[in-house]
Amino acid sequence: MEWKNRADAVIIGGGILGIATAYYLAKMGMRDVVILERGTVCCGSTGRCGAGIRAQWGTEMNCRLAIATIGIFEHLEDELGMSIGLNQCGYLLVAYSAQELANLRSYMKLQNELGIESRTVSLDEAREICPALDAGDAEGFTYHARDGHADPFLTTYAFLEAAKGMGVVCHRKTECTGIRIKYDAAVGVSTSKGDIDAGIVINCAGGYASQVAAMAGVDLPNWGERHEIMITEPVEPGICPPMLMSFSGNYYIQQRPHGSIICGMSPAGHHHSAECGTTWQFITRMSRVLNRLLPATRDIRVVRHWSGLYDMTPDGSPIIGETDVKNFYHSTGYSGHGFMLAPIAGKILAQHLTGTQPDIDFSPLDYRRFARGELITEPNIT
Amino acid sequence: MTGMTYEEKVGNTVICRCEEVTLSEIRDWIGRGYDTVTELKHVMRVCMGPCQGRGCRDIIMREISQAAGIPLDRVEAGAVRPPVKPVKTRLLASGDD
Repeated sequence: MEWKNRADAVIIGGGILGIATAYYLAKMGMRDVVILERGTVCCGSTGRCGAGIRAQWGTEMNCRLAIATIGIFEHLEDELGMSIGLNQCGYLLVAYSAQELANLRSYMKLQNELGIESRTVSLDEAREICPALDAGDAEGFTYHARDGHADPFLTTYAFLEAAKGMGVVCHRKTECTGIRIKYDAAVGVSTSKGDIDAGIVINCAGGYASQVAAMAGVDLPNWGERHEIMITEPVEPGICPPMLMSFSGNYYIQQRPHGSIICGMSPAGHHHSAECGTTWQFITRMSRVLNRLLPATRDIRVVRHWSGLYDMTPDGSPIIGETDVKNFYHSTGYSGHGFMLAPIAGKILAQHLTGTQPDIDFSPLDYRRFARGELITEPNIT
Repeated sequence: MTGMTYEEKVGNTVICRCEEVTLSEIRDWIGRGYDTVTELKHVMRVCMGPCQGRGCRDIIMREISQAAGIPLDRVEAGAVRPPVKPVKTRLLASGDD
């Protein structure tokens, strides 16, 4: 792999965020874009995520980002020339109390105002959408047909191959060890393989974003939060046609086109974790939830169980923009929904950096909002 | 397989039976720079099926070793995840927590 000592932009992190951002920068005319990945592409949160894509959010910012990202996902295979495993099956959100249903309805009103065609569905209709569902104890449901899920590996590699075709260089097994600063601006990075001068440095380090920010003396409030997830053997389609999700029920369940069922639930509390790993309590509790909701899963076998880090922020919304160190940017803190937002996030940051008006004004996502107390608190996260 | 050359037979040999991946597909992706077990797993789902790589992992590592010209014992095997064998969810659900 050719080593360039100079780049227009160096991106730290070879997950979907970093690679989609590199793709859009190159597409918008930036010549020398270099991605640094400590391990291999997708080895962090991207390759460990549930890869859900939804527009059923509770803040205007996330709704705007999400419906725009869905619009990109719908045409991504044609644009990138590779399969991304998109399955636009809809998200069926399940409420278990009158209060929770009222909340979902109020977010639905916001979504509808922003052009998102989410709607409430009856128990009978929910059973049509998901025939194997046992949800007699549910209070109600909302549904958005354009939500769904994709293959996180294929999507990232599709962006990467298209980016490489435009001259983007991706260094695997290359760790960023420092951010070089002159006066008040970033001028490059140090890596395990040598230095690179750079006009712009972008932090896309996901669960490790605050460590990377600290290299430039920038204090980010982000923390890594370990979430476990498991997958079954491939079985016949129709066990769980939509993405099934509940905030109070604390679960998400999906069936990939290839037949495997992927499901996860959140840990109690928001513990800070530096490492991944698995617990037998998760696989026990998750299997109980699965058997209760979808009794047809009882004789299906779990083949794999792993975990990944949510890159959490105090308000559950991302951080996009420049820092107090000039030319040092963040695109981090996606709080468990970085995969789905990556296409639009990469696009709007690239638009800003190449002198175009971004499709969505992301200035409210500035990291200084925490110090100012201007939080964008997202209610619709687990 | 009749009527094929020896090379065609080798290339058409199924290496990952869970996902039906052939040797030529594996060699093709290695040739495109996807030369770790982890990356090959990502693009072809090898080592992700019910056998968890018991059938294919060693063969894939040998292919990487030959293509990259590095000794087999220096090829990373990639992550091995629990459970050790596929287990029915009803059995898992019956455990204590």
